[in-house]
Parts: sequence; C-alpha cells; structure tokens
Amino acid sequence: MDFLNAIILLLNYTIIPALSYGSQLALGAIFVTLIYGVLRFANFATGDMMSFGTMFAVLLTFYFQSLGVNFGFLPTALLTIPFAVIMMILYMLSIDKFVFSYYRIKKSPPVVLAMVSVGVMFVTQAIIRIIIGPFDRRFLDGEKFILKATEFKEMTGLNEGLTIKSTQAITIVITIIVVSIMFWFLNKTKTGTSMRAYSDNEDLALLSGIDPKKVVLLTWVIAGILATVGGVLYGLDKSYKPFVYFNNMLPIFAAAIVGGIGNPLGAFLGGYVVAFGEILITYAYKKFFTYILPESLEPNSLMQLLSTDYKFAVSFSILVIVLLFRPSGIFKGLRL
Amino acid sequence: MKQYLNVVTAYIIMFTLIILVGIFQSWSQALSILNYCLISAVMTIGANIQWGYAGLINFGIMGYTALGGLAVVLVSVAPVPEAWKAGGINMIGSLGVVVAMIVSIRYILKKFQKSKKRSYLIAGIILIGLLLIRLLAGPGIESIEAVEPAKTGFLGGLGMPILFSWIVGAFFAGGLAYVIGKIALGLRADYLAIATLLIAEIVVSIIKHEDWLARGVKNVIGLKRPVPYEIDLQTSPWFINLVEKFNSGKLKVIDTISERQDVLKQLVIDASSVYVKLCMAGLFLTVVIILLIVTQKALYSPWGRKMRAIRDNEEAASAMGKNVVKEHLLIFILGSAVVGLAGAMMVTNDGLFTPGSYRPMRYTFVIWVMVIVGGTGNNFGAILGGFVVWFLWVEAAPIALFLINFFTAHLPETNALKVHLIESAPYFRFLMIGIGVLLIMRYRPQGILPEKIIKQ
Repeated sequence: MDFLNAIILLLNYTIIPALSYGSQLALGAIFVTLIYGVLRFANFATGDMMSFGTMFAVLLTFYFQSLGVNFGFLPTALLTIPFAVIMMILYMLSIDKFVFSYYRIKKSPPVVLAMVSVGVMFVTQAIIRIIIGPFDRRFLDGEKFILKATEFKEMTGLNEGLTIKSTQAITIVITIIVVSIMFWFLNKTKTGTSMRAYSDNEDLALLSGIDPKKVVLLTWVIAGILATVGGVLYGLDKSYKPFVYFNNMLPIFAAAIVGGIGNPLGAFLGGYVVAFGEILITYAYKKFFTYILPESLEPNSLMQLLSTDYKFAVSFSILVIVLLFRPSGIFKGLRL
Repeated sequence: MKQYLNVVTAYIIMFTLIILVGIFQSWSQALSILNYCLISAVMTIGANIQWGYAGLINFGIMGYTALGGLAVVLVSVAPVPEAWKAGGINMIGSLGVVVAMIVSIRYILKKFQKSKKRSYLIAGIILIGLLLIRLLAGPGIESIEAVEPAKTGFLGGLGMPILFSWIVGAFFAGGLAYVIGKIALGLRADYLAIATLLIAEIVVSIIKHEDWLARGVKNVIGLKRPVPYEIDLQTSPWFINLVEKFNSGKLKVIDTISERQDVLKQLVIDASSVYVKLCMAGLFLTVVIILLIVTQKALYSPWGRKMRAIRDNEEAASAMGKNVVKEHLLIFILGSAVVGLAGAMMVTNDGLFTPGSYRPMRYTFVIWVMVIVGGTGNNFGAILGGFVVWFLWVEAAPIALFLINFFTAHLPETNALKVHLIESAPYFRFLMIGIGVLLIMRYRPQGILPEKIIKQ
C-alpha cells in the first residue's frame, strides 16, 4: 500500500507535470532545430514567435467567447489554433521575405543571421506588447480537471491523490498527434525527404533539383504550426504572458542543444530530458521516502537536491554538462 | 583630420541631442541620460573587445554586469558582525571545501591520463564536496538569514571605499570569464552565444536566490557614494553661495527677501541633484577616456593586428604559430572584466543593488544592439552606439507619444485606438530599436562608424 502511495505521489508531482512541460518544450525545441537545420541559424526570436502565435489564439478565444461559441468541455482556444497558425505562418513568411531571405541569398555567416534574429525579436516583442499589452492573461475555459484528487482517493482508497488537469492531457495528446504527423511527413513523403536532404547537404540537394524556395517555405509552415501549437499549449497550462514566453526560449534552446541541434528527434527527446531534469532535481522527496522506507530510517530534511528557485538553472546546467562532454548532443546520430 | 570628420560630427550631434533634452526637459534628466550613456559606453567597449577584435560572441553580458554589481555590495557595505558570528565559520568552511575540491580536481587532471577512472574520480569528488557544502552551509545560511531579515540577513561586505569595488568587479567578471572561457570557448559561434546566455542566467539566479550573500531579491539599498550627498550639499554654505552667484540675475528680479529665500531654496535643491550627477559624470567620463586610450593603443599595436588576423582567418593565424586558444581566452577575460567594471559603475550610480532587475533583454541584447549599431571593431563607434541606443531607449517613449498624438490628432480623445496606442507608447522603444538594428544590419552592416584599419 505504501509503495503504491509512493508511486502515485511521484506520478502526481513529478512525472505528469514533467511530461506536459516536456511536451511544450519539445515542440519549441523542434522549431528551433528545424530553423537551425534548414535555414542554418540560431533563432533568438523563438520565444517571441511562439508568443506571437499564441497572442492570436488568445484574442480569437476572447472573440469566440463573446460570440458564444465554445468547444464543449474542451477549451475554446483549441478551435482557434488553425486561424492562429495561419496568421503565424503569414507573419513568419513576411519576416523571411523582408529580412532573412536577403542574408540567405548573400550566404552570410550564421552569426549575422543570429544577430538579425535579435532584431526580429525586438520588433516582434514590440508588436505583441502594442497589440495585447504585457499583462498576464488566462484564456482556459471548459473542463479544468479530468481526475480530481478527492475522486481518485475515493475510487482507490489510497492516501495520496492523483490529479490530472485537462490541459496536461490535452498537451500530451496534441503533442503526440502533431509530432507524429511531422515525423511521418519528414520521413515518408517525398517533400519531407527533400527537406532533410537540403538540411544535410545543401549543395548536393540543389544539384539533384530540389527547389530551395519550396524547402524554405515548407520549413516556415512547419515551424509556424509547431510554434503556435507549443505556445498555445503552454499558455493553456500556465497562462499567457509575453515576458514569460521570451524567457522560455532559454530552456527550449537547452532542449534543442541537449538533443543535438539540427536533429528533430533529438530535440523532441531533449525537451523531456530538460523537463524531467528540472522537476526531478528540484522536487522534495521527503514524503516519498517516508512511504518507502521503514519508520526508523525516515528522513528529517526535505530531501531536496536543489531548491525550486533554481529550476531554470538546472536545465542550463544540464546544457553546460552536455556541451562539455558531448557537444553534438546526447542523441547524436539517432534517427527514425 | 579629415578621416576623423565623421566621428566628430556623430559625437557633436549626439551631445547636441543631450543638451536639447536638458533645455526642453530638465538638466537633471539630461545628466541621468548622460551617465547611463557613459556606463553603456563602458559595456560596449567590453563587448566590442570580444566581438569587434576577436569575433567572439558573448551573450553573457548580463552575468558579468550582475557580478560587477555584486562586487560593489561585497566591498563597500559595512560588515554585519552578528551574521558573521552566527554563520561565518560555516561559510568560510564551505569556501574551504570549494577550494579543496578545485585543487584536488586540478591535481587529478594533471596526474592521471584521460580515462574512465579519472572521470569517476572527479565525479566522486564533486559529489562528496557538494554533500559536505550542504551539511556545512545549510545551518550557516539559515542562521545568517535569521539575523534581522528585514534589514540585513546577509554577511555584509568589507566596508571599503566604493571606488575600490570597481576594480574588484572587473576581477570578479574576469574570473567568471576565465571559467566560462575554459568551458565554452571551443564551441562554434552560435553555440557559444547560447551557452554564454544560459550561463549568465545561472549566475544571476544564484545571486538572486542566495540571500546570505547579497540579500537576493530583497535588494541592498543605500550604498555608499564616491560623490557628496544632496542633503549635505543643501546645507553647506559654499554650495548655496555658488548657486546664488550662478542665478544672481534671476534672483535680483525678485523683491521681497522671503520670496527670494524660497526661490533660492528651490534652486539649491535642483542644483544639488545636478551637481551630484555632474560629479558622477566626471568619474564615468574619466573611466571611459582611460579605457578609450588603452583600447585604441591596443587595437593598433602588434597585439591588435594579431587579434584581427585571428578573427579574419583563424586557420591561417594558427598556421603562422599564433596560439588562437590562448588569445581567445585572454580577450574573453579582458572584455568581460570591462563589462564587470561597468556593472559596478552602474550599481554605484543607482546607489542600490537589485538582482531581480537583471534581465537578458536589457543587459545582453540591448548592449549587443549598441555594439552593432555603433560599429564593430571601432572603439569610437562602440561608444557612440552606447550613446545613441541608450538615448533612443530612454527618449523613445516621449518621441512615440509625440508621433501618436500627431498622427491621431484628428481623432477624438476617447477614440479606442488612440487611447490604446497612447497606453502602449513605452513599448515603441522595442519597435524603434528592432527596426534600427534590422536597417543597420541590412544597409550598413559595419555600423555607423565602421572599422578603420591604419596601414603603417
């Protein structure tokens, strides 16, 4: 019984939150990695681009709510994702046309493109703050919980409750759908293969007749979908605040590099590595040990490796360690 | 002289703008802008040493700035004896453990060949060391933070003069740069950018959450000053006389004595804040000029040429027998130390240390924009960039407000769009700076004042 309690405790406080947070990071990390692999630069506007797509979802959610449209027990925001994705892709394509394409054609070094993306970051932040303001906004509606702690306790008779928020389930399900479609597209279709070819070796890909414009266009389309979906899922789970999205760029970068930048599968797994690292290292295991150890051995400290203040620092430390020992990522060479 | 024409014009325009702020807004405001421009200039000199001379991307400027600020607290604040009594021994013990860890790891790195056994040994030392530190520091931190948490709750500093802390700040930042450089300098350019960005974030989060060190997000206020205080000035007779002399024309017009006294009092209060800021500006200007002379000399010395050669073609320079790794590490440390100095100057100027305010947007990306806009590889350009961008950063909101009012003049006051735009005027600074960077990167990638190579 105590053993079951201990497992439920871990599930409730570490594994489920880490899975949903990891999914959100994973979507962002694939976005970073795709841009890096195909367009060959580190996009410092990542967080703000995700925020831009989410902004449209938030605004449309409020609009739909005022019209009385809802999605039953699911959040209305899910209905708005397709529209938000279209706006996001349009924004990305216009940025690409007016800003990035010039440097791509000129074959500028990646550093210059990274600097340019810093400029794009400033502009995007300004647009977001001018349109929606810097405030914290909640746009979650519909059913909040799938399983409540009290219900679970009644059902099983255990001491520990298990809570599953609907946003956590939605996040995990949607991530699985989006990511599997994306991997299917990249690996099984001809266009996807041409994209990977372009990413692996640009010259050879061009020589074999792949249209670079089409590849770039497709990259931005996929990136737009990933950015918006990732951003909306994060916003539903926590809340929408432009500044937080900018900060999220940092663990997302960590996830992409941990997974080996340029490798979508690595980035996907990297998201979970970072999320589990953050949550497992900053969780206080005292209660867990009181369940599994005999009474005489019960710990009296919190049994916490690091305080939760250092949540972000943990993911960055993971990154530093990976950079030191395996600069090309822990999932080097892993492919579907 | 002709080759310096654009430099001179650019600086004249810049100072005219600041003087215009003085005339139209207030002199106190103009001097605050000037002070921050000078601090930004020191930061851009630091970033320019790394990026302009050697092509190293350092997105960790925030971390060095914060470390410089920390140095001010640790050096200038008076020590808190109760806290030292409560947990000082524990903290010194932990420091000893850290030193022992570093020494033993270095010893193992030297003594053993690279092998699995060595890695496990090092990991074991780190693990045991961390456990020891936790056991030692845990109770120490608790008792230190319990000492008057509302006022102190930290160990305090050494109580030394604040100007000394500027040097210490530079050393702190240089030390951090040595560690980061050892870890990350071998990485490719964009990896280095991300790694430094994240390491800076770790540094700031440590400063934020280790309350025993510098009170964390509870802030340290009322730091010492290298210049006189306003209140002392307002009561000292020589200063009042000086103000009276300066404004004699204005004062003569007023007839009654009591009225004249009131006006004089107000003038003295205004003048005292201007005087204090002027003193600060003098100090900062001295630092900027010294740094400018040193960096100019370095840039056109054989060493500077070597750095440019390494930047432009690493392989060729390496083939010529230049030690690229060593030079990169050196320049990384030098540039970071200058940024640390700027961080210490900034905290001195503000008179308070607020770890919560260190954010990558303001302390990394804006500084980088300054370097890019001003001119990479040109010290005059970097300083100018600091001035221009900081000026825009501060004055963007008033300019935006003016423009919004101008373009929406025909709309009624209650128009929703107009109200919304006026409310979001502060965010136009991001827009202006972003568009500025994009335009410069596109049409003048070398910056306003491009790099100049003097052939001898």
